[in-house]
Amino acid sequence: MTDATLDDATLTTAQIRRAYLAQTRRKRSYGAILMGVFVVLMVAGFHTADQRNAGGFWSGLHRFFDFPGEVLGEAAQKLADMPAHLATYAPALLETINIAAASTLIGALLAAVLSLLSTRGMARWPRLVPVFRRCMDIMRAVPEIVIALVLIFVLGGGPVPAMIAIAIHTAGALGKQFSEVNENASLKPLEGLESVGATWAQRMWLGVLPQVSPNWFSYGLMRFEINIRASAILGFVGAGGIGYELRNAISWGKGKYDEAAAIFFMLFVTIVIVDQISAKMRQQLTHGRQTKEQGQ
Amino acid sequence: MLTLENVTKRFGQKIAVDNASFSVDQPAMIGIIGRSGAGKSTLLRMLNRLSDPSAGTMQYRDINVSALSGAAKRNWQSRCAMIFQQFNLVPRMDVVSNVLHGTLNRRSTLATMFNLYPQADIHQAIDILERLGIADQAAKRAEALSGGQQQRVAIARALMQDPEIILADEPIASLDPMNAQIVMQSLRRIHEEDGRMVIANLHTLDTARRYCDRVIGMRDGRIVFDGTPAQLTTGVARDIYGAGDDFSEAATSTEIDALDRPKQGMPLPA
Repeated sequence: MTDATLDDATLTTAQIRRAYLAQTRRKRSYGAILMGVFVVLMVAGFHTADQRNAGGFWSGLHRFFDFPGEVLGEAAQKLADMPAHLATYAPALLETINIAAASTLIGALLAAVLSLLSTRGMARWPRLVPVFRRCMDIMRAVPEIVIALVLIFVLGGGPVPAMIAIAIHTAGALGKQFSEVNENASLKPLEGLESVGATWAQRMWLGVLPQVSPNWFSYGLMRFEINIRASAILGFVGAGGIGYELRNAISWGKGKYDEAAAIFFMLFVTIVIVDQISAKMRQQLTHGRQTKEQGQ
Repeated sequence: MLTLENVTKRFGQKIAVDNASFSVDQPAMIGIIGRSGAGKSTLLRMLNRLSDPSAGTMQYRDINVSALSGAAKRNWQSRCAMIFQQFNLVPRMDVVSNVLHGTLNRRSTLATMFNLYPQADIHQAIDILERLGIADQAAKRAEALSGGQQQRVAIARALMQDPEIILADEPIASLDPMNAQIVMQSLRRIHEEDGRMVIANLHTLDTARRYCDRVIGMRDGRIVFDGTPAQLTTGVARDIYGAGDDFSEAATSTEIDALDRPKQGMPLPA
């Protein structure tokens, strides 16, 4: 009896071993094939791109650091002018940050509504969920610079077209991220609120927002960082702010590189500061949530 | 063999482990008991070097465990396996891969990243699973298993390390009584058959009494009892748990037959 069970067990072990090894071999060969395809695609793609390239990748590679070197070299020579440059461009930087802040705020508000309307289980009109999703897709798909160029053509140059352009893109991008956060929120509180006869707006405001606000806030802050960079770029096409000054400095070429370096430096410092502040605020938000949970 | 001297761990103002000292001469099954927050987990985590002691020394044979760093520390960790309360497996990987993680310290990073293990290791992993009675789950994802099965996978991972010491941090605290018994019996068997040292944090007295050769009691970070299960009287237990006269062993028991025992006092509310 004992022997029989023992034999039975060893037989099963052998089977298990065989089955598992077969499975492992299958997985490994899939992995190897995928890896091979990946390498072939990378090499072939690079080859094609390199042939199409006017200069050639390898012949140009060693000049990669020439431009930054030139800019930094000139900036180092005229280091004494740096504080003056910083003072000169401070108002332009402020304008850029203002554009970014206003567009983040407006875009986030729009994104919040769109995200709630396009999350399954929360949507006001469940049948229209795909419609709102496609709306956000379109807002994300059109580059900010295209919207800005059209608006500048219609409204004239200045910060307002840039603000609207970035806000539209923000609404699409943040809306997508917000709705992903919403999907992870529990629907039970919503059912609870529905059972007492709350309207859709009440359910969203009182049931969803407390659950998702820390994550929304954290995504919003990251979007603010991205938007500072975006509004600097839009300055290139006539939206004002630090981007306009940067274009002037760079297209002037040699002689104004110290100004370009000053502007790059200011942008870098701004991003670092925003990142530090948002990291602190996010920590506070999650920390606050923890103490609340402990209190319960 | 294993000696701890004045091991202390501070978290800011709070002292989690306060001057803990004990020594073990031969492989034994040791249970550490005490309330939650008494410093049991911190002590085990320091032994595995998951966290560093603030003061004191830990010595195993000729190794100064508390001074290890880098590759030497990782090598120590591979010789001193850890089992966790929440199993700490990789949920989306299959059971055998989780067990094979026990060999990570011996294998190259690149090979393990592509899940390439020698066939002998794979056979050994399945043999260990067989020994623990879960070989038929080998190809499943770890997350598809029940809690008791997952804990046995974790024990298999520990055995795959071929360790000299197995540390078990509340191995049965998230299991039902039936699975708790299976897991504790597995640990006992590993100690008896392989001669490995097992140190287990347990939160119930009767488990420690039933499976361990030696019991260490901790209260507020200090070691307040160190002796055989027979020396562990109800009075001593009340001291360890800081409980009043209404404390009874049956009240904290998770064993199935505990229900049949006559109760000496009122059950504790928590």
